[in-house]
Amino acid sequence: MFTTKTFIKKTRIGHFLKHVREHYIRDDISCGFRSCEKCNPVESFLSPNHHNKCALFNYDHYIILDTNVILDQMDVLEEAPIGNVIILHTVITEVKHRSLPIYKRLFTLIENPSKHFYIFTNDHHKDTYIEQLDGELVNDYNDRCIRKACSWYMEHLPNEKFILLTEDVNNRNIAIEEGITACSIFPYVKHMNDNAVLEDKLSRKEIYLDKDARDLFPPHLNNVQLLNGIKEGTLYQGTFRASRDNFLEGFVNVEALEDQVLVQGRTGLNRAVDGDVVVVELFDKSDWISPSDIILEDEGTVEDVEEIEQKEKQLKETTTKKGEIKPTGKVVGIIRRKWRQYCGILQGGLEGVYQLFVPADRSIPKIRIETRQAEFLKTQKLIVTIDSWPRYSRYPHGHFVRALGKIGDQSTENEVILLEHDVPHSQFSEEVLSCLPKLPWIITDEDLQKRVDLRDLDICSVDPPGCTDIDDALHCREVGDHLEVGVHIADVSHFIRPYTALDLEAQSRGTTVYLVNKRIDMVPNLLSSNLCSLRGGEERFAFSCIWEMDKKANILNTRFHKSIIKSKKAMTYEEAQMTIDDKSKNDNIAKSLRYLLMLSKILKKGRLDNGALVLASPEVKIMMDSETMEPLDIEVKKMFETMSMVEEFMLLANISVAEKILQDFPECACLRRHPVPPSSNFDPLIKAGRHLGLEINVESGKELAKSLDEAVKPDNPFLNTMIRILATRCMLQAVYFASGTMQKEDYFHYGLAVPLYTHFTSPIRRYADIIVHRLLAVSCGSDVTYPDLLDKAKTSEICQNLNYRNRMAQYAGRASIAFNTHLFFKGKLQDEQGYILYVRKNALQVLIPKYGLESTLYLARKGESSDIFEYNEEDQTQRAKDVVLHAFDPVKVRLSLNSDNIQHEKFVLQLVSPYIEGFSVPPIEEMDTSETNIESGKKRKKDGNEKKSKSKKNSKNTN
Amino acid sequence: MSKKELLSKIGLRLDGRRAHELRRIRCKLGVFTEPDGSAYMEQGLTKVLAAVYGPHQVRGSKSKAQHDNVVINCQFSMAVFSTTDRKKRPRGDRKSTELSMHLQQALESVIKTELYPWSQIDVYVEVLHADGGIYPACVNAATLALIDAGIPLKEYVCACTASLANNDVPMVDISHQEEVLGGPTLTIAALPMSGKIVLMEMSQRFHLDHLDKVMNKALQGCKDIRRILDEAVRLHVRDVGSATGWALAT
Ligand SMILES: [Zn+2]
Repeated sequence: MFTTKTFIKKTRIGHFLKHVREHYIRDDISCGFRSCEKCNPVESFLSPNHHNKCALFNYDHYIILDTNVILDQMDVLEEAPIGNVIILHTVITEVKHRSLPIYKRLFTLIENPSKHFYIFTNDHHKDTYIEQLDGELVNDYNDRCIRKACSWYMEHLPNEKFILLTEDVNNRNIAIEEGITACSIFPYVKHMNDNAVLEDKLSRKEIYLDKDARDLFPPHLNNVQLLNGIKEGTLYQGTFRASRDNFLEGFVNVEALEDQVLVQGRTGLNRAVDGDVVVVELFDKSDWISPSDIILEDEGTVEDVEEIEQKEKQLKETTTKKGEIKPTGKVVGIIRRKWRQYCGILQGGLEGVYQLFVPADRSIPKIRIETRQAEFLKTQKLIVTIDSWPRYSRYPHGHFVRALGKIGDQSTENEVILLEHDVPHSQFSEEVLSCLPKLPWIITDEDLQKRVDLRDLDICSVDPPGCTDIDDALHCREVGDHLEVGVHIADVSHFIRPYTALDLEAQSRGTTVYLVNKRIDMVPNLLSSNLCSLRGGEERFAFSCIWEMDKKANILNTRFHKSIIKSKKAMTYEEAQMTIDDKSKNDNIAKSLRYLLMLSKILKKGRLDNGALVLASPEVKIMMDSETMEPLDIEVKKMFETMSMVEEFMLLANISVAEKILQDFPECACLRRHPVPPSSNFDPLIKAGRHLGLEINVESGKELAKSLDEAVKPDNPFLNTMIRILATRCMLQAVYFASGTMQKEDYFHYGLAVPLYTHFTSPIRRYADIIVHRLLAVSCGSDVTYPDLLDKAKTSEICQNLNYRNRMAQYAGRASIAFNTHLFFKGKLQDEQGYILYVRKNALQVLIPKYGLESTLYLARKGESSDIFEYNEEDQTQRAKDVVLHAFDPVKVRLSLNSDNIQHEKFVLQLVSPYIEGFSVPPIEEMDTSETNIESGKKRKKDGNEKKSKSKKNSKNTN
Repeated sequence: MSKKELLSKIGLRLDGRRAHELRRIRCKLGVFTEPDGSAYMEQGLTKVLAAVYGPHQVRGSKSKAQHDNVVINCQFSMAVFSTTDRKKRPRGDRKSTELSMHLQQALESVIKTELYPWSQIDVYVEVLHADGGIYPACVNAATLALIDAGIPLKEYVCACTASLANNDVPMVDISHQEEVLGGPTLTIAALPMSGKIVLMEMSQRFHLDHLDKVMNKALQGCKDIRRILDEAVRLHVRDVGSATGWALAT
């Protein structure tokens, strides 16, 4: 078999290098049909029991796909009626080259037995391999390979029928000439049984609405022009980011330029969609403008050109050349589309098969789709994807992928949030669950031998109320003159072994995601809420970090080992606080807690003196009705001293572990760094401080911490918190990394002001901690390494995924809070204390701490300037006669919810006090005593409706 | 996965081989008349010439001569046109010196060195084209050239590389493309009949868990190569022998 292979040279010329590679042709590649006697038997999902039913072909048949069908019609191919498909290796190679996401989806299909796909390696098969001719284009060659394989199959299995699906007219025609049955996927799908759903999912590149439709957009340059332009330095490549507030504005992040490039208007954006890699051309410096500060919303329907022209005019009028001028340009071409699937709803009020889809993500334009089930889809949240954006069309064209559920249902909304944030949330597979230990779980003698028995110690856990995944427990006792402090962390890595399905699943999820009324676990419930959770009174495995300290909290020595513990009590922060405060309690637990609190205060002071930052972001908790799952009330989380007590020891454990694993694994330790923000990030903070007469020093973390501490004004007690909230927004995200991929000085954690940090203390809900546990277990000799653990490239790859998952989990959590806050306010009307965060040209950004809510109070209608207020750009103030509004000023606002747009319900704010004639509204108490009278709410809303408002709940927390 | 998949889901490597398959080997003994022994070896696209002179008196400094052993002198070189970038390689650069030493080490293990005290054997190998696995091809070619020169050997010494595909599956005889795209490569020179390893080298660290299976793969590769070399030697002997008439008996 080995010696019979023919030998063919393959050359690839590029950069004046001649590459010669071997290409072996084999005689042992099977056709994939179990019934075939000519080929070696091979594992294949092709099945005579699946029948492709298409009225055009009145017989059972197998499908061979051309590359273009796979690239464009994945949503159709994923549907159950299509099966028994032969995928040629030539096609796979082409797909992989063109689109990795599609390639991945293709493999999911191939690996799914119920889809009956089979890979035929035609390019290594002795009968189907053909040589590329001199001067033959790669595309033509691939087409020829595909046709060759089709003919071979027909000859090899004369009793079976094969149909080639291809969108390439040329290829199709030649195929038919050569006697191959070939067809386009459009007629094929149209003639399938039950085609309604399938047909909606067809991706259409071209929709001709109106033959004389004029072009609305300038053409894109071709690739050669783009690449030449970039090479010559006349054009710049970058990632396009659409503005969320203004559909006619966006930025291009160009790596080669220091500043982002501003693009505006229809021709400026030229069909770029958020995330696309585009090419921009810069205007002359004299034409540079500053970003507009107005909010523009796309209110168009279908091919409504006038609307967009009017909006453009409006935009032009408000653009200035004053203020912060940005490099300005226009998009002239697109290198790579980053189109994905979008969640959203159909825009109401349209008849017929052509519908307009409104994505939930505001930075994505509306999408035109064709559907035969519009009436049903109008009640649903759905997923749609973009197929193309021709020049004559105001909106991109796309197709329906699937429906998620009824609009407004909690479950639908959760699904949307999870999908929009790419959170893996399907049920754990059987394979994953099979990795779990069998119940009843018993501690064996062997376990006891390997672990230090700490069951006699008075260990307890302190957590928020209702916590079922208890990661950590603590103890402290006197040993001679000194104190022994122990942090005991759930030993998750004992249960999750490398390379198991459970491990891979946890690794891919990366973190547990918390929505308001739903938790998406990283590991199955049996582990997260039972075997790993350090519950009170139960024997559990733990990984212990134990310090000997003197009473001034100086660490004398540190040791790590695996242990068995029995937590005496699982306490809430409040309970622990009460135990400490209750002088009559003097048991071991109370003593232990008092010592811990005492030490934690010293540790915290040391940390703060060292320059650690105390940042603030209003954290709110939504009280739910446990039966109806509706929000009852929203409250800011209560703070106890015991919270910071636990936090201090977690920080300390993380730092100690980071030092240990870096020492033993200098290349592949999984650490966490918080980069120093570039100084320009602090500009808004410095500016805000200056208006208040406060000098904020941002030269170092230590200076910043000091400035923040000093930013106090007796007349405004909330000011300090506001400053801290602003400071939080200047920060960068903290990230995981593999130690071997960074310079030592970059390991620094800016927020905590420590040179080394990692995550060790929450392995139940964070995968990084599991890696750290495994490293530490090797360090202390209780476990062995495995290849990926010592591979810094692999660790780095895992870290990147974790960083992405963490960020998404954070956004998803906030989105969930926002949704529930909206639900809570539906039909309510309340006056609340707020503070001005920023002063804008036509609006005030107001923070309402009670609900952790940030929203815009409009001073004038869209696009107009107020005749009551006078904006002072220098001082960042708004003046109305004798009332001057500064940033950080307290205001009383009326809060209600505008549900006109069900995808983007917005809070409407109205000023109550200070009272400004002709603008403010009277306090609620004076006009109506009932706070939540729905009737009055509706009535008031009509009045308030004129002022459009939007909620911007998502604060940019960076910790 | 940042690294490219070296083994497709259907179990074929980039060039169409399966994990356990060697590249095509073509070899020929006695390609030159001037040296005492010579051989040409092709492993895939890697092509090597080997020439053996000796045993003869120790040349140059006599102090090298040993009273109980033959001195084996190896010289490794690469032709200017052997790689894609045609750079001039000075004789005796670091890489060449290292390869020469490793070659010497491998050959010393099989030559019955005690038979030629006070003498010297020169082995010259030149790489005509490099496409991964240069060292193994040199060792294999040198073995054939030694046999051609009629120098008594304990057995064949063969060399082969192995690596891991997709971080999991061991594969044998690594091509240049696979070397560049893949992870660490293990090179082994072994005496395949007795199963002794005479030289082992890794381009990067392997994890202990993987080392065994990769090593076994490389060893298996050495055994497969021996079979092919053995066949070539027998064929050569038959050809040469038939000319003189004495091989006809077999
Ligand atoms: Zn067959």
